Amino acid sequence: MSDEYIIEMREIDKAFPGVQALSKVDFFLRRGEIHALVGENGAGKSTLIKILTGVEKPDAGKITLDGEEVKVRSPLHAQELGISTVYQEVNLCPNLTVAENILIGREPKKWGRINWGAMNARAREILQRLDIDVDVTKPLGLYPVAIQQMAAVARALEIASARVLILDEPTSSLDAHETAQLFKVMRRLKSEGVAIIFITHFIDQVYQISDRITVLRNGRLVGTFETASIPRLELIAKMLGRSLTELDEMSQIKLETRKHIKGEALLRARGLGFAGGIEPFDLELHAGEVLGLAGLLGSGRTEVAQLLFGVEKPDSGFLEMDGQEVRDFSPLASISRGVALCPEDRKEAGIVDELTVRENIILALQASRGWFKYLNKQQQYEIAERYIQLLNIATPSADQPVKNLSGGNQQKVILARWLATNPRVLILDEPTRGIDVGAKAEIQRLVLSLAEEGKACLFISSELEEVLRTSHRIAVLRDRKKVTEFSGEVDEQRIMQAIAGGEA
Amino acid sequence: MSVQKSSTMLRKITESRLFFPFVALAFILLFDLIIVPGFFRIYTREGNLYGNLIDILRNGSTVSLLAIGMTLVIATRGVDLSVGAVMAIAASVAAILMNPYVLARELPPHIVKFMTDPNFTYQPLWVVILAALAVSAICGAWNGLLVAYGKIQPMIATLILMIAGRGIAQLITNGVRIQIFYEPYAFIGQGWIILPFSLYLVAIVFAAAWLLTRRTSIGMFIESVGINSRSSFFSGIDEKKIKLLAYTFCGLCAGIAGLVESANIKTSDAFNMGQTKELDAILAVVIGGTLMSGGRFSLFASVVGAWVIQAITTSMYAIGVPAFALQAVKGVVVIFVVLLYSEQVRNLVQKLTARKEARL
Repeated sequence: MSDEYIIEMREIDKAFPGVQALSKVDFFLRRGEIHALVGENGAGKSTLIKILTGVEKPDAGKITLDGEEVKVRSPLHAQELGISTVYQEVNLCPNLTVAENILIGREPKKWGRINWGAMNARAREILQRLDIDVDVTKPLGLYPVAIQQMAAVARALEIASARVLILDEPTSSLDAHETAQLFKVMRRLKSEGVAIIFITHFIDQVYQISDRITVLRNGRLVGTFETASIPRLELIAKMLGRSLTELDEMSQIKLETRKHIKGEALLRARGLGFAGGIEPFDLELHAGEVLGLAGLLGSGRTEVAQLLFGVEKPDSGFLEMDGQEVRDFSPLASISRGVALCPEDRKEAGIVDELTVRENIILALQASRGWFKYLNKQQQYEIAERYIQLLNIATPSADQPVKNLSGGNQQKVILARWLATNPRVLILDEPTRGIDVGAKAEIQRLVLSLAEEGKACLFISSELEEVLRTSHRIAVLRDRKKVTEFSGEVDEQRIMQAIAGGEA
Repeated sequence: MSVQKSSTMLRKITESRLFFPFVALAFILLFDLIIVPGFFRIYTREGNLYGNLIDILRNGSTVSLLAIGMTLVIATRGVDLSVGAVMAIAASVAAILMNPYVLARELPPHIVKFMTDPNFTYQPLWVVILAALAVSAICGAWNGLLVAYGKIQPMIATLILMIAGRGIAQLITNGVRIQIFYEPYAFIGQGWIILPFSLYLVAIVFAAAWLLTRRTSIGMFIESVGINSRSSFFSGIDEKKIKLLAYTFCGLCAGIAGLVESANIKTSDAFNMGQTKELDAILAVVIGGTLMSGGRFSLFASVVGAWVIQAITTSMYAIGVPAFALQAVKGVVVIFVVLLYSEQVRNLVQKLTARKEARL
């Protein structure tokens, strides 16, 4: 066994406050293979990598390297062990030369001074191994992102004379040609016996390059598969999670609420899009309706939400609300039109952590009222208490700083903030991410009851099952494009087909 | 029941933003009580109150005024280094409006006689004050524009006016140090109505700032922007306008401080006026517990912070520490503050009060 695998991770557990990031995850890496690690946001990919590279310590579990048990103490230690990582963001210095970037910290020295000649020669040599021919004495920033990415790979190889190379979404900022170039390098390294862990959310690339695939979902191992033996559609199904279970109460509510959908579109987008974000799309949203937005991470879901809410400005097409063309794209203008967005990134764009639950709840409402139409303390408490009850927010009091709440309750506070503005269009971008199952069901039910009240909801989620359960209509995005739309009861298979694209 | 109530009260007090500034103040006054005999003596003369404590309040009023404005700026995750220079600008504007003749090379004798007349001013007092404050507010708005709309780092953006401001102040007075003779103006800095007049100004500015931030949504928006500007943007808060307001208000406060200071020393000294006062103001805010990284702020705590700084100065003078050694003592105080506000000490205090509660 241990001859076959260079790395064995067994029963890895890791918990963060409020969330079990990994539970009993096994991961085995063969020598000289390219192993794709896939899963949606919050699946636990990055946590697993962080444990392997010593950034985080596992709560439980065992890691063996070359058949010997190891405890990876720090990223530096990981490098000494021969495990190198190239992170998603290119964390290099564009103002330093290519050679400096590759060899920084390990410059060849002579008499205590850097031996520039030797350094440049060494850098050239490493890059040649990757089949890259550039002037290593020029600043890195002069070269395209792909070359910078290669320099990062070169650096990772140089650091450790690496036996294991981890590439964390290396292709997210590369175009097709550049990706092909990177793949060539990866194949070459593989032939030299380097084992590569390749993290990506591009399914096409998984099939192009990888030998095996490990799928994680919600911190659990779904399975490890030979790439050749798992059809594309099945892989998507495993990533998104679906249980062919009961038509539960939710579907009942969904059927009933369908009657309430109004014929006239409340929000109508025509050819709306912005360069680099989402290609022009058409979309209609009716009062009383839940429109699901399905697609993989990076497919443009968030960009659609941000356009409709005015965080981003379109450079093509137009948006109508109540038949009136929208000209002012800004969150404030959207709020006053009656549009609300629960953003995807709760920590960065949602909560204001030092402020209290009460202040967080009234924030958007107060912003729409302006500086001087101040809600007095009593009104603030009334609103806060109402939503704490309505949404069942677990907090000792309305005066608790919101940072002390669990993820699910923080999410409910954000929801409360938007409900307090009494929106007619509610956009929910991953409202159930990283929260426990109970809270998830509560939020799903709430979305349906809001629709019943006549609000139009746009529901975005990585979990297909959840989208299916709550949505009256489903639009599918792929590669920053809206590819199709399904109305009514649709077969899971067909949606996954649309998400996956290609031949399957 | 009543015991329990008193213990939660105790916790409320220790968790309050005002707790540490007051502890610091108490330490210094305790030191005075032991070392300096008669430090706390307050006496009256012609119905007005005098004494060391009154001195602390009066001499601390400039920094108090600066600290009030600085608090709002720091709460937005910014800083304003130009307040000292703005003080000088305001003083120069006021001085030149009261006595523009100093710029003339030769003057007829009847005007020269006027110039030292304590009842003479070229422009009426209200014009002098309004003009000086308007100019300071414009200075503040300039900083705000650079920071909010120019997206320049606050320290760099306000450094521009910090450096250029003194030059501007000297340009206004043509490089002349103008002595001020006009008594009604001097009253701003030297007058007493039972208490020093400048204290009333601090009270008014404090009340105005408090009403502006706590009886409107501005205070919450300032904190929200300081804590998480992206979340604030998503919630529809206009970060730029909030920052512009904070810097403008800070400039205005600096202008008022400039009036008080120049009226007190009866000179507009473009070069020395308000030197390093920006650092005192920042220190006062920090002592008041507002974090340099922005967010939650307390105006009153900042004012107490200004008193702490002045209490140190006054105490040191009282025990005969020479003026030049004072900076070193202030440095020690900064170390003390840093220690006092550290996570460890805070946890210790919380543990102590919590244990007391548990015992009860």
